[in-house]
Amino acid sequence: MKLKNLIYLSFCLLFLGCTNDAEINLKPVSITFNFSHFWQSTAVTNADFNTIKFTNENGQQISIERLRYVISDIVLTHKSGQIVSLKEHNLVDVTNNQNLSFTTSKSIFPGEYTRVTFRFGFSNQDNVDGAYADLNTANFNVPSMLGGGYHYMQFDGKYLDVNSMEAPFNYHAIRAVDRADPNNPTFLDTSLVVDLGAVNVESNTQINVKMNLYEWFSNPNRWNLNLLNTVLMPNFSAQVQMSQNGANVFSLVNVTP
Amino acid sequence: MCQRFLLLWSFLLLISCSGSGVNPPEEYKPVAVNLEIPTLFSQKLIAPVIPNDNPLTQEGIALGKKLFFDKQLSKNNRQSCASCHDPKKAFTDQQQFSDGVDGTFGTRNSMPLFNLAWNFDNRFTWGGKELGLERQALEPVKNPIEMHSNWTTVANKLQQDSEYPTLFLRAFGTSKIDSASITKAIAQFERTLISGDSKFDQYLLGNAQLTPEELNGFNVFMDEARGDCFHCHGSENNPLWTDNQFHNNGLDATFKDLGLGAVTGDPNDNGKFRSPSLRNLIFTAPYMHDGRFATLEEVINHYSEGLKNSPTVDPLMKKVNQGGVQLSPKDKADLKAFLLTLTDNDFVNNPSFQN
Repeated sequence: MKLKNLIYLSFCLLFLGCTNDAEINLKPVSITFNFSHFWQSTAVTNADFNTIKFTNENGQQISIERLRYVISDIVLTHKSGQIVSLKEHNLVDVTNNQNLSFTTSKSIFPGEYTRVTFRFGFSNQDNVDGAYADLNTANFNVPSMLGGGYHYMQFDGKYLDVNSMEAPFNYHAIRAVDRADPNNPTFLDTSLVVDLGAVNVESNTQINVKMNLYEWFSNPNRWNLNLLNTVLMPNFSAQVQMSQNGANVFSLVNVTP
Repeated sequence: MCQRFLLLWSFLLLISCSGSGVNPPEEYKPVAVNLEIPTLFSQKLIAPVIPNDNPLTQEGIALGKKLFFDKQLSKNNRQSCASCHDPKKAFTDQQQFSDGVDGTFGTRNSMPLFNLAWNFDNRFTWGGKELGLERQALEPVKNPIEMHSNWTTVANKLQQDSEYPTLFLRAFGTSKIDSASITKAIAQFERTLISGDSKFDQYLLGNAQLTPEELNGFNVFMDEARGDCFHCHGSENNPLWTDNQFHNNGLDATFKDLGLGAVTGDPNDNGKFRSPSLRNLIFTAPYMHDGRFATLEEVINHYSEGLKNSPTVDPLMKKVNQGGVQLSPKDKADLKAFLLTLTDNDFVNNPSFQN
């Protein structure tokens, strides 16, 4: 009985609390994320692909031929402490210049949010094998022998090897899997939560985010493409290093208007 | 005076409209059709592409089928679409190159036709030249090395036919026949060509068992360190078994056929061709855009030892400098065994697709 009363009281307080909040009368809005891409300070678009024109931290010259990645799990923390979680995802396809701008289908109330985050890749909970028709159609799946689910990123290109010959790299980020014991694989969630800080959400808010591609090869792990180039999906250690390097890949450019 | 005249005219108009004997005939409404989508497709893929200006109807599909098999579309009435796209051969012709009405051979292998409504980028043919199925259907009729006719002649022939004007009237609301309505009908029929009932589909649905060899072949297919086929050719979660994208898969060091590059004009696209579906391979030999490989063994050997380097070779092609991924003989044999589990016999025998 006491518990029921407590629940009832909580609802009443919540209701009263909401009615006292001026923002309840505001119309919910969608927010738009715009993704741009850089090699350090140089902007990169698909027009820059297919030519060896970038040099990584390890001094290796590379080209980019394919780049697409998924972001998911947008979470906004309101100044009141309320947390809004938007269970949506978007496949940013730089190769084909598609989905670089992503407007949430779900709406939130305008206001001051002290923290806005999104996830590079999927959390373990959301990384459900075959669950997303758009990503299946885009052929973004991870083989079941590696735990299934989805790629976080496909970043393909070529580098000049020790003989100055072009060689391929497939920097594919996925949930790390250790298959040392094939009958008992262990998984590590190597997705990344990207914290964009405080954002004041109004109607038509645009959150402009940039990815610094250079970071994937530099910090804290200086990437040697002569050693780590292809077949990185089943490589547990490589996946962990990718995740570590991803920590500083994304940053907020600005929020408009 | 003028007002009286207008009043009289309006009255006469009203009487004439109300007279039952001069009502226009009620317009025939074609019967809308929804595609019969295989279970795995509806579970795993987004909805197929049906253009708003060419919805599927019973009458449109039936007309498209009749046209697909009609040799009147060619210059000398000796070739139809089905001449190079035989339903018994998964809508290809098992020739390296197909000969046209004048006996001239093309330079590309006839592509099989199925699951076309799931090509979301809408780029058709090996090189991606044709944007949309309707536009693709325009090409063979007028191509001098194919049917070598012209659309005015074809439309006139069909207009004089005893059946077609009525069929077009019922499908599209007009008995006037032109290239647009002909290609719309053919595209409707082509969108119904769905292949999704192979042994592997039944395995995924829990209705069939794979042999150990077939299972190992699937693992070779999905293993990034061995076949790594899945990055371009789908998986159990993409039952199209193609990404419908364009890749240079290491066939040549230099290109006689530029593929996508000839369409876009971008040298970075040279040597890239659309990934074909791996369904129904048993019916679709020879393989590749130029039909250079007569057998599946040759195809697998190509990826294992035969890759050639070129500036646009896809970075997904592994160990190009060594010729490929160096599969063991057993993995090669098992990979072939798996690929053959994608055979859909019901598709090639479907009476709805036969003449």
